[in-house]
Amino acid sequence: MKNSFPRTIQTIIIVLTATGLVALALGGYFNPVSSWAQRLEMDAQTWFSNRYLALVDFLTVPRDLASMRQRNAELEAELARLQTQLIELQQKVTETEILSALVDFARANPDYTYKGATVIGRDPSPFFRYVIINIGSNDNVLPGMPVVTDKGLVGHVDAVIAEAARVQLITDSGSAINVSLPASDTEAMLLGSVTGDLTLDMIPQDAAVQAGDVVLTSGLGGGYPPNLLVGQVVSVRNLDFELFQQASIQPNVDFARLQFVLVIVNFKPVDITPLVTTPSP
Amino acid sequence: MKALITFVLIVLVGLLLQTAMVSRMNLLSGSADLMLVLLAAWGLQERVRHAWVWGAVIGLLVGGISGAPWYIYLAVYLGVMGLSRLLTRRIWQAPLLAMFAVTSMGTLLMDLLIYFHRILFEGINLHFEDTFIQVILPSILLNFALALIVHPLMHDIANRLYPAEASA
Repeated sequence: MKNSFPRTIQTIIIVLTATGLVALALGGYFNPVSSWAQRLEMDAQTWFSNRYLALVDFLTVPRDLASMRQRNAELEAELARLQTQLIELQQKVTETEILSALVDFARANPDYTYKGATVIGRDPSPFFRYVIINIGSNDNVLPGMPVVTDKGLVGHVDAVIAEAARVQLITDSGSAINVSLPASDTEAMLLGSVTGDLTLDMIPQDAAVQAGDVVLTSGLGGGYPPNLLVGQVVSVRNLDFELFQQASIQPNVDFARLQFVLVIVNFKPVDITPLVTTPSP
Repeated sequence: MKALITFVLIVLVGLLLQTAMVSRMNLLSGSADLMLVLLAAWGLQERVRHAWVWGAVIGLLVGGISGAPWYIYLAVYLGVMGLSRLLTRRIWQAPLLAMFAVTSMGTLLMDLLIYFHRILFEGINLHFEDTFIQVILPSILLNFALALIVHPLMHDIANRLYPAEASA
């Protein structure tokens, strides 16, 4: 059967229809249909996209996890290294602060010549409150020389070898130092103990000693120079039937954390033992 | 020779640890004596040789460092070594019990000798009850704690240095 429309007419009809449709679309007549189609397409695309990403995650996460774990380990190692560095730096800052305080002390007390030393050990016996410092006779340190910090009196050099010295702390039970209390204008004897506590003895009964009074070395006996800070009175024991008062002393120096000390090398202690009269039998 | 070098190293490290670390670890006013515990543990090992020599050497070394008279350390360390050898060879086969016995007796002897030396020869007034509670008992306790670590360590070292002879 022969086609009733010639081919040219078919083409014209199609072109006119298409043009009409485009004109309708441009005129906004197809917007609802277009929106619905776009939404449908977007939903489908989102669904496929999500599934694809989920599949990619499923296939690639284990590898990422391993690399993340490795990275985490690296970062933890770095953190540990930095923390170690931080601790070292903090320690150096602390040491610098202590040394700076010691230098300030030396400048404020120019009468004496000092040698700085590090505390490198303690006496093996708990009965002896001695420390070992890292300078000795090679640095002109001699037995009897007073040892101080910026906080106050530490003790005196007890024994010396070429590169080290042993220092008897004022808290040692064998330590006895003549001290003065400027607030009450009196003198007394500072005694150490086996527990490390400090006690003031031989305080005259009429002396008005109070908690908070400052204790300084008196210089009597020749063992220590005068006016070195020792500590403060914490409490006073005054009993009528005793000859003297006693007092507990809080030392200024923290002996548990003694790190750096200064040895006063130009002070020569005087040995007054031959002058002390012993009672004849 | 191997045993000599090993023990010299142990003594040097022990001395460093004692003065730099162990003496700073206080319980009340007491502190541990690592060298005494080391000697006690070494003396309790059956096959070790020249133990007496080590007792004397360590006694002189520690006595030289400490403010206490050197002869007290020498006498006590030799006494600890003698007690260890006695218990090892004749009486007990319970090593840890023997270790605690030697440690406690050694510490007690050391502290009492120093206590009486300070009173009698240095003229220092020390209250015995305070000294016992604040210094001697805590020191014994700390030495017990050290003994728990040191004894197995010295046992292993002694076994490596003096291996048991194979039975025929």
